[in-house]
Amino acid sequence: MTATPILELRGIDKSFGPVQVLHDVAFSVYPGEVTALVGDNGAGKSTLVKCIGGIHPIDAGEYFIEGEPVHVHSPRDAAGYGVEIVYQDLALCDNLDIVQNMFLGRERKSGLVLDEATMEEMAAKTLDGLSVRTVQSIRQLVSSLSGGQRQTVAIAKAVLWNSKIVILDEPTAALGVAQTAQVLELVRRLADNGLAVVLISHNMNDVFAVSDRIAALYLGRMAAQLKTSDITHAQIVELITSGRSGDLGLQNGNGAKA
Amino acid sequence: MSVVTSKSPAAPVTLKSLGRGYFDRIRGGDLGALPAVLGLLVLCTTFSIMRPVFLSSLNFANLLTQGAALTVIAMGLIFVLLLGEIDLSAGYASGVCAAMLAVLLTQHGWPWYAAVLASLVTGAVIGLALGVLVAKLGIPSFVVTLAAFLAFQGVVLLMLKEGTNISIRDSTILAISNNNMTPTLSWAALALGVLGYAATQLWRARRRKQRGLSAEPLTLIALRVGILTAIAGTAVYVLNQERSRNAIIVSLKGVPIIVPIIGVLLVGLTFVLRRTKYGRHIYAVGGNQEAARRAGINVDALRISAFVICSTMAAIGGVIAASRADSVDPNTGGSNVLLYAVGAAVIGGTSLFGGKGRILDAVLGGAVVAVIINGMGLMGYSSGIKYVVTGFVLLLAAGVDALSRRRTAKR
Repeated sequence: MTATPILELRGIDKSFGPVQVLHDVAFSVYPGEVTALVGDNGAGKSTLVKCIGGIHPIDAGEYFIEGEPVHVHSPRDAAGYGVEIVYQDLALCDNLDIVQNMFLGRERKSGLVLDEATMEEMAAKTLDGLSVRTVQSIRQLVSSLSGGQRQTVAIAKAVLWNSKIVILDEPTAALGVAQTAQVLELVRRLADNGLAVVLISHNMNDVFAVSDRIAALYLGRMAAQLKTSDITHAQIVELITSGRSGDLGLQNGNGAKA
Repeated sequence: MSVVTSKSPAAPVTLKSLGRGYFDRIRGGDLGALPAVLGLLVLCTTFSIMRPVFLSSLNFANLLTQGAALTVIAMGLIFVLLLGEIDLSAGYASGVCAAMLAVLLTQHGWPWYAAVLASLVTGAVIGLALGVLVAKLGIPSFVVTLAAFLAFQGVVLLMLKEGTNISIRDSTILAISNNNMTPTLSWAALALGVLGYAATQLWRARRRKQRGLSAEPLTLIALRVGILTAIAGTAVYVLNQERSRNAIIVSLKGVPIIVPIIGVLLVGLTFVLRRTKYGRHIYAVGGNQEAARRAGINVDALRISAFVICSTMAAIGGVIAASRADSVDPNTGGSNVLLYAVGAAVIGGTSLFGGKGRILDAVLGGAVVAVIINGMGLMGYSSGIKYVVTGFVLLLAAGVDALSRRRTAKR
């Protein structure tokens, strides 16, 4: 761990009313790496991501970007620090084409008129940079795209803005085998291009296929954060289901067994 | 990716590939203007065979002014329909604005421009109120505008003192729906329109080609400009013929003034929807409101603005209707005006589910509705049958819309 993490969280607490969802969570993300965020349903993965994205304010804890402490209160703030989140429902407009979706809300203009040519060039460049070759035309309507292609567009939309950290919420959940492979390849390429990628997934095969690091949440606590090469499939499953695995994980009764 | 070798760096666009894309879209359920154009052809053929007078230049000019008010109201409705909302009060809103115009002109002696401005402001205020109720209070637009539909009916009655008929004598207002451009001016307007259209198309294609983007082939642009010139040219030629039954007393020739007014509205509003950020956001909200919200678009403000545009266009429609009838009475903008306008938009291809539609739809659909009203009038059918047929056509258009939507969703 020589490099400084591009995103670092320390001691994050988050409650919704009487329910404390996150307990003292620490989480680090490094540029050029895919960090997988795993955990069972209700472990707090989505809450953690929404805290990072500025949708939920954090109750306590520190938020660092490139070592600098920052305050993120809204999605705008997060976007300003280069954090982009691709949610599971993708948030694409079916009735608009790929370019229009990628620039939605941040359209380029020349004077009063939309600068379609520049937007099309930038979108094409971004898709080329991600080696996306599966779409016929970037002027295709999103309604005509397959699930994998939609995921690709949503990811490309997040990358378009010189973002530094891209968080993907279960990008392969609804996809078939071939499309899953395509999206995972794209995820790997994002990291190889120098971005920090956070991948939320339930699929251990996907996690082991692309991630460099794995962070396992267990009942709102960070059970362990390890290099993927230092851990086995069985250990991860144990961390997800019981919060510990041998020497790893929550030791002195931090988990539910307390 | 299969790459076809070509001199242009971008993916080559040929007439053939464009044609194939068009047929794919139709097969995929996106019918576009096809139903309206086919309907127009069938209706015109039927009526001209059964009543040859349908094709006379007098009737043609009559047809244009007949459809003008509902076309303009439909143009405004398209903004609201694109968001997936509806404005049932647009008809009576036009009635209220027309009554405002008539009262200010005749009872208060206002000059025409001030009265028209006041009537447009009335429309904008109505739209603002409707939009705030829908966007901020969250009452469904169907209910808000149904309530307004009833209330405005009453407002018109109150403004017209329980149903008196106010006639309009201001020559400028009357000219809107009743006067024609001179034949020379008509040709000049046609030339301006066609050249302007050709120039923008060519300019856009050239700029895209310069930047290495795929551009439409020249043959397609030439084809479109050619078809436009042929249709509009024939229309101008027919309208420039003397159509007065008694040419010695009063001469009637030239394109009705209302036609360039519709043309300017068509071009202006199309520009707003297709080429500006505001228009793009209207489509986005209609397509996926949540996505638009996450993209930082102010959905509430957009919704209010669409109702303002809709009611303001209704006000213009009211002025046109008042001019055509030479008067305003409690029925102005009432009875079937709203359904005709919604019908025009939907027949033209605008979806009732939001996110799909063009201003051109209002003109195409408006033409279909006007032809139905006019042709059935010539056939001497009772208004009972006219209502039934128009209702049926509206239902048919909405059915086509729903089916094509299902077809797109299936993939």
